[in-house]
Amino acid sequence: MLSAKKFKISNLLIFILISIGAVFMIAPLVWTVSTSFKTKAEVFALPPVWIPETFNFVKYAEIWEKGPLLSGIQNSLLITLCVTIIGTFTSSLAAYSFAKLRFKYKNVIFMLLLSSLMIPYPAIMIPQFIMFSEFGWVDTLKPLIVPGLFGNIMMIFFLRQYLTSVPGAIIEAAKIDGASYFGIFSRIVFPLIRPAVAAQVILWFMAIWNDYLAPIIYLNSPEKQTLQLVIANFNATYAIQTDYPLIMAASFVALLPMLVIFLVFQKQIIESVAISGVKG
Amino acid sequence: MKTKSNLYRKESYYGYLFVLAPVLGFLLFTLYPLLYSLYGSFTDWDGLGRMDFIGLANFKEIFMDEQFHKASFNTLFMMIGIPIEIVLALLLALGLNRKMFGTTTFRVVYYIPVISSLAAISILWQWAYNGDYGLVNQFLALFGIEGPNWLTDKYTVKPALIIMMVWKNLGYSMLLYLAALQSVPKDYYEAASLDGANGFQIFKHITFPMVKPVTFFIVVTKIIGGAQIFTEINIMTSTGGPEYSSASVVFYVWQKAFGNLQMGYASAMAMLLGIFIFVVTLVQFKMNERSSRDLE
Repeated sequence: MLSAKKFKISNLLIFILISIGAVFMIAPLVWTVSTSFKTKAEVFALPPVWIPETFNFVKYAEIWEKGPLLSGIQNSLLITLCVTIIGTFTSSLAAYSFAKLRFKYKNVIFMLLLSSLMIPYPAIMIPQFIMFSEFGWVDTLKPLIVPGLFGNIMMIFFLRQYLTSVPGAIIEAAKIDGASYFGIFSRIVFPLIRPAVAAQVILWFMAIWNDYLAPIIYLNSPEKQTLQLVIANFNATYAIQTDYPLIMAASFVALLPMLVIFLVFQKQIIESVAISGVKG
Repeated sequence: MKTKSNLYRKESYYGYLFVLAPVLGFLLFTLYPLLYSLYGSFTDWDGLGRMDFIGLANFKEIFMDEQFHKASFNTLFMMIGIPIEIVLALLLALGLNRKMFGTTTFRVVYYIPVISSLAAISILWQWAYNGDYGLVNQFLALFGIEGPNWLTDKYTVKPALIIMMVWKNLGYSMLLYLAALQSVPKDYYEAASLDGANGFQIFKHITFPMVKPVTFFIVVTKIIGGAQIFTEINIMTSTGGPEYSSASVVFYVWQKAFGNLQMGYASAMAMLLGIFIFVVTLVQFKMNERSSRDLE
């Protein structure tokens, strides 16, 4: 009896502590949203105003005119969709091959690909830039799209792991029935690994959407920039005029897509992240 | 016999075909640039055509380069956030691993900064750190503390960045710990409490050893990520901070390569960074091998 009571009290204490922490986690985001609705006077008010007197939507109209926010969203979408859709296809095809097909030097090739995970992007970005500038690709979206189309090693690695738990008998049976290798992939293997693919796609999508270093190297013209660069420029341009509601509105618009994706797919995302840590 | 070898030939043909794209991608976009970078680091490459071999001159200069020393020091200094994050994440995971009301919601709340764009997060924290009306100083004012102008003071800019990064990444480590804690067999705890072990003893002899592989994984991935810190520096302190006190190695490489067009020099620094990360990863592989042997 006593220990149950003790358990309850300690739970309550932990609950309170974690709640305080949660307030700290969420406060900056709430502040962003609240600031975006404020008038200039309220922005600099002391003590701070958490709930503005009137919700001022003006800035959410202004952001579309004061910077290339719309084209930023379009560019980011174009890059992420091209890369994740085509790259997922090439990655899962390769994962199937590495897991289920027999060919010479398979493991050597796989280890070679895996070794690229040890190479950080800054170590290859300079020659890559020179190479793409010789193709005339600077200030286009191509350098951000094309390498991704060839697949993602991380994804190949996880899908291959996942495929090892798929019994080979199903595949052998289809082979005897005369199915082609590609037919086996598209009709049997891919449907089987779909949950694992979905989890990896979401993670990859977020990584590309939030990328900053590669876009800042390649994209100069405002209308070519990705969403992340556009909001960074908003910040650089309008901070001098202390137009914080505008900056915060633009930042919130940039945060929103990922927030929605996360809240919708939170179970899958959290599970796939947890798996990546346990397996890694 | 003949049909079998035909079948095998067909299978290996498709095998190679299906892995062709990632292999080509690796050769073109990783291996080739890497080798080029390696060669470039021994030249006075300016990206415009000149690329004369100058031996180890770049590396000699780097070791004398005060800005590189500063950038390396800053990058390493900011890794102080790693142990802080790990301790907080483990405590949080221990708390959330209990049968308690609201754990799922907390998990989501703590994870929101992880999925948020680093650019947007940097922008809002830059403002939160503003000396006059930033959120951080207004919070400190509640306790009668007058906070500094965080990002323009060379002594506070790095701690400010560390706090922000811990805030942003805490949820990720928490999640990994939570997954590790949930995979610890329940009977271990039951056996321990039957034997009369107290909470601290259980933590020290069961929980901590069981989450050790995850701790190790987090440390290594954090070091690799921390070595490449760039976005928050670029946005929050666009010139590298007061007296270059927040510039990171990647920030300096980026400035040299794309600002000054000193591609050879920048490549040499990038190679040093690459070697550092390679060694850290290698250590992880070796340690992983050992720990899986230990388990057997």
